[in-house]
Amino acid sequence: MSAFSRLMASAALGAAVLAAGLPAAMAETPPNMLVIANRIDDITSLDPAESFEFSGADVIRNMYLKLVNLDPMDMSAGYQPEIAESWDVSEDGRTVTFNIRSGLSFASGNPVTADDVVYSLRRAVLLNKTPSFILTQFGFTAENVEETITGADGTVSITTDKPYAISFVLNCLTATIGAIVDSKLVMEHEADGDMGNTWLKTNSAGGGAYTLAAWQPNENVTLNANPGFYKGEPAMKRVIVRHVQESASQRLMLERGDIDVARNLNPEDIAGISGEEGIRIDEELGGQLMYLSFNQDNPELAKPEVREAMKYLIDYAGMADSFLKGQWAVQQNFLPLTFLGAVDENPFSLDIEKAKALLAEAGVPEGFTIEAGVREAQERIEIAQSFQNALAQVGIKLDITVGTAAQILGRYRARDLDVYVGTWGPDYPDPHTNASTFAWNPDNSVEAGATGILAWRNAWDPGALTAQVDAAVIENDTEKRVEMYHEIQAEFRDTSPFAILFQQARQTAVRDNVENLNLGDAISSAAYWPVTK
Amino acid sequence: MREWLLSDSPASRRQARLGRLYAGWLTFRENTLAMVGLGILVALLLCAALAPWIAPHDPYAQDLAMRLKPLGTPGHLLGTDSLGRDILSRLIFGSRITLYIVTLVALIAPVAGLLVGTVAGYAGGAWDAVLMRITDIFLAFPRLVLALAFVAALGAGIENAVLAISLTAWPPYARLARAETLTIRNSDFISAIRLQGAGPVQIITQHIWPLCLSSLIVRVTLDMAGIILAAAGLGFLGLGAQPPSPEWGAMISEGRRFILDHWWVATVPGLAIFTVSLAFNLLGDGLRDVLDPKTGGSQ
Amino acid sequence: MPRTATTGGRLPAPLAGFLGRALATAGSLAVTVLGLLFVTFIIGRVMPIDPVLAVVGERGSPEVYAAAREALGLDEPLPVQFWYYLREVAQGDFGTSLLTARPVVDDIARVFPATLELATLGVLIGVLFGVPLGVLAAINRGRWIDQVARLVALVGYSMPIFWLGLIGLLVFYGILGWVGGPGRLDVFYDGLVPSVTGMILVDSALAGDWMVFGNALSHIILPASLLGYFSLAYISRMTRSFMLEALSAEYITTARVKGMSEWRVVWVHAFRNIRVQLLTVIVLSYANLLEGSVLTEIIFSWPGIGFYITNALLAADMNAVLGGTVVVGTIFIILNMLSDLLYKVFDPRAR
Repeated sequence: MSAFSRLMASAALGAAVLAAGLPAAMAETPPNMLVIANRIDDITSLDPAESFEFSGADVIRNMYLKLVNLDPMDMSAGYQPEIAESWDVSEDGRTVTFNIRSGLSFASGNPVTADDVVYSLRRAVLLNKTPSFILTQFGFTAENVEETITGADGTVSITTDKPYAISFVLNCLTATIGAIVDSKLVMEHEADGDMGNTWLKTNSAGGGAYTLAAWQPNENVTLNANPGFYKGEPAMKRVIVRHVQESASQRLMLERGDIDVARNLNPEDIAGISGEEGIRIDEELGGQLMYLSFNQDNPELAKPEVREAMKYLIDYAGMADSFLKGQWAVQQNFLPLTFLGAVDENPFSLDIEKAKALLAEAGVPEGFTIEAGVREAQERIEIAQSFQNALAQVGIKLDITVGTAAQILGRYRARDLDVYVGTWGPDYPDPHTNASTFAWNPDNSVEAGATGILAWRNAWDPGALTAQVDAAVIENDTEKRVEMYHEIQAEFRDTSPFAILFQQARQTAVRDNVENLNLGDAISSAAYWPVTK
Repeated sequence: MREWLLSDSPASRRQARLGRLYAGWLTFRENTLAMVGLGILVALLLCAALAPWIAPHDPYAQDLAMRLKPLGTPGHLLGTDSLGRDILSRLIFGSRITLYIVTLVALIAPVAGLLVGTVAGYAGGAWDAVLMRITDIFLAFPRLVLALAFVAALGAGIENAVLAISLTAWPPYARLARAETLTIRNSDFISAIRLQGAGPVQIITQHIWPLCLSSLIVRVTLDMAGIILAAAGLGFLGLGAQPPSPEWGAMISEGRRFILDHWWVATVPGLAIFTVSLAFNLLGDGLRDVLDPKTGGSQ
Repeated sequence: MPRTATTGGRLPAPLAGFLGRALATAGSLAVTVLGLLFVTFIIGRVMPIDPVLAVVGERGSPEVYAAAREALGLDEPLPVQFWYYLREVAQGDFGTSLLTARPVVDDIARVFPATLELATLGVLIGVLFGVPLGVLAAINRGRWIDQVARLVALVGYSMPIFWLGLIGLLVFYGILGWVGGPGRLDVFYDGLVPSVTGMILVDSALAGDWMVFGNALSHIILPASLLGYFSLAYISRMTRSFMLEALSAEYITTARVKGMSEWRVVWVHAFRNIRVQLLTVIVLSYANLLEGSVLTEIIFSWPGIGFYITNALLAADMNAVLGGTVVVGTIFIILNMLSDLLYKVFDPRAR
């Protein structure tokens, strides 16, 4: 029997030796390679006419050129010429003509021509995928693109249905959907008249700083530098974005030097890692807003005093200073800071007594029961619980239903939730992107089915605000336009069934040799080409 | 304890059975680890029953100024969680949820399995083929997929989690019960009862079920840990109990964000799950030694 | 809950009908797989998660939504959809995944080897430690070794694996640096060896690239040990139980009386007799690991089939769920039936 004990002992020892003898992880990543840990399970397509997820936008921004683009080294300068050297606006303000820069080429070697630009923009309209509204809001349709988007030797003209502010039009073209694809390459891969959509979901055909080497879903995205990039080949020859779900895992990998950038560290891990040697925390204002909304189909929530009371039942400062610390800052207006027309007036704070008085005024001092839908994301669940806690103090019972993103979103879009805890990110760097969803709803009827508009989802008719939003977007005098958004937001803040809570503040932990990494601020996505190590 | 053993056994031949059970209990009592398991479970029961009196705080009371306090903080023996709630109080109230889940699953899954298994085994032929194919189908399903699909279909929540877990847990019981039934079915005493004119329903419910019970009980006890862990797993994926409910799996899920700097937030409920699972396993293991005829009672 | 398929009672099981039984097995396999498909399909269609939303996202306009719905074929009646689906599956086409934008067959070919590799190593570890532990416990029944073995096994059974995984990652990767971190390889080793089987350990060994092999091993060892610990628990308990039975048999007593060495008695006589039973237990543990442990996969960023199916399910990406479930289910059924067959054909008592 002692033979067995010996056997067991030697087996255990062997395992220990084996474990200890394994090669330890390398101390750092290669000097010309950037390795990023991020959650990329949201990517479902890398076709710029279809992609509409955060991680996909990061990838596409680095693979494609646009007519006008944002400079990651100077984001506040706004859109800058890229494929378009310059542009002219017609007398009636409806036609913009772009002069195409000569000498640019795609990664395939094909030259970038006016035809490619026309093809790309028309393609985005014709494919009619989710982000197409960014272009179709200018009046482009599948029927009229032949006339409204045209090209002729070295110029491209687009004709809109109204004389929109030129900044609005150009800002929209900096969005992902404005990416210009290599029409020859794409058409080589066309199948069943899909304009290359199936192929482009998993391949790249652009002229940007990088080309797609591989996208393995839920695993990684690998980009190779494009030697022919017009600003010069990037210093990072290879960029690997690796899917790592857990904040703790990302932090350990960064500490061990297996990655250069950890993008999803939570406030506690940021606090734990800051001050460690070799690691730096980059801070950047993001564009996402966190909000609570109150469905106006619920008769209690439809009372103006109740709506107002809700806004006094949120512990804005308490949350921002504790479990959201450093990553969400209080913002009670629907335009994120740094956007044209943004304001930073935040009049509401937790005030139980005031809320009680308002509820008494509304005739519901004894409270009621409502249901909140929250998708499975820890910080949102905690926001909901904090709100639940405050509501309980005035006798309102909040039932929290947690579900998958698709499940909760489905109910929200069907006007089936009393309260929704959500985030909203701007689609393009223009105030209209948020104004047109929070404060604009021309037809509040069920039949309208305007499920894309937040005001509609909460069954709220913004009244005069709809017309004000329409007026602001065609105002070409920037100062006047700013003034108009100030007015809209003031009215919205006081009367709407939305309690805007916070604006995202990105905290990214990086190895301290990583320089010039811009993740897009509030208005765009990550850019890897300026990065050096 | 005699009463407890008694109520689980059938009414017939009570005395003989009682004697055997008592002998079994004596064997069981010699198994120290099994007794430890039993002790833990009794403590859990007491905890759940007396929760409102022994919990030092309201398990739902938030205090953002007092969040993530470490173990041993005055007033918060096991620290506080992300919203400043007392972990010890949540743990104590959470024991009720754990017991609730375990009891319900232990009632639903083995009973469903027993029903399907004995009917298939006793009826044989086409019944057997059909019922066993259905069992195979559910057995072949990836367990978490089935549970997830069910919870996704009916909505997250503790009751649905219980149903989902039961749905994945019954097939092994059905196969076990069928195997037992097949061995009992052709035994002499069943033939004798049949000759006395007893119908199939009577035979199954009054004579076959009692005989299948002991192996099922052992199996259930050993599976309890799995059930608790499955419920915790659903909680971990956000599909179990709904906030602010102090379900242990959900507590781990909430606390795992802080595992590197505030390790106790996830570890304390993790240890609680571990302790109770271990207790059930120890109990089941001890019971198996007593009840399982293959290895039972000889030493 | 480990699923043991209790082998089917005392049915007359002569060796003769092996071929016949194999045919019958294939028949019932087909029926079971069809049933599996049907149930999954129904689940997919009654679930209140809208697959169209997975495609169009939060901001799709009603027109985009309608177009996407039609493209998915969701406007057809249910039986018609099922019929179309079956027809395609019969041709080996599981459709396209909504989430990954590629054929489900390709996806499974990518994610399943990752799980296969992990499960295989896991079950190896489980057997390597579990069987000796079980034997040791049996021959020392009631003594402290037995109690320790019991405790070791039951601890493995009772640990929430996601908690243990995080702690393991912290200790062995974060603090000690003994093992590789989350993922299957360090990124700079990615793509260095050609993918033949999809299992990096095998591929790198085939290519003779021992750097990559070592790196892959350092990444897989921790999750595989965790899964191994879990199956160790079950395997060692069952081994103990089988051994106890075997050791109490008459021929063992006879052998002992004859003065045979204890080593010979245990390994040659007793152990040989439990081989088949043990094999069925091991096969079932393996089948359980092969369905993929989604929690382990999440924590170790392991792109396996459990994670794939779960992700797909939460987004109602039903082609992916159906394909994954059918593959995992079929493997489970085949392994299960195989162990049944083994048992009936080779078990001395069944003969």
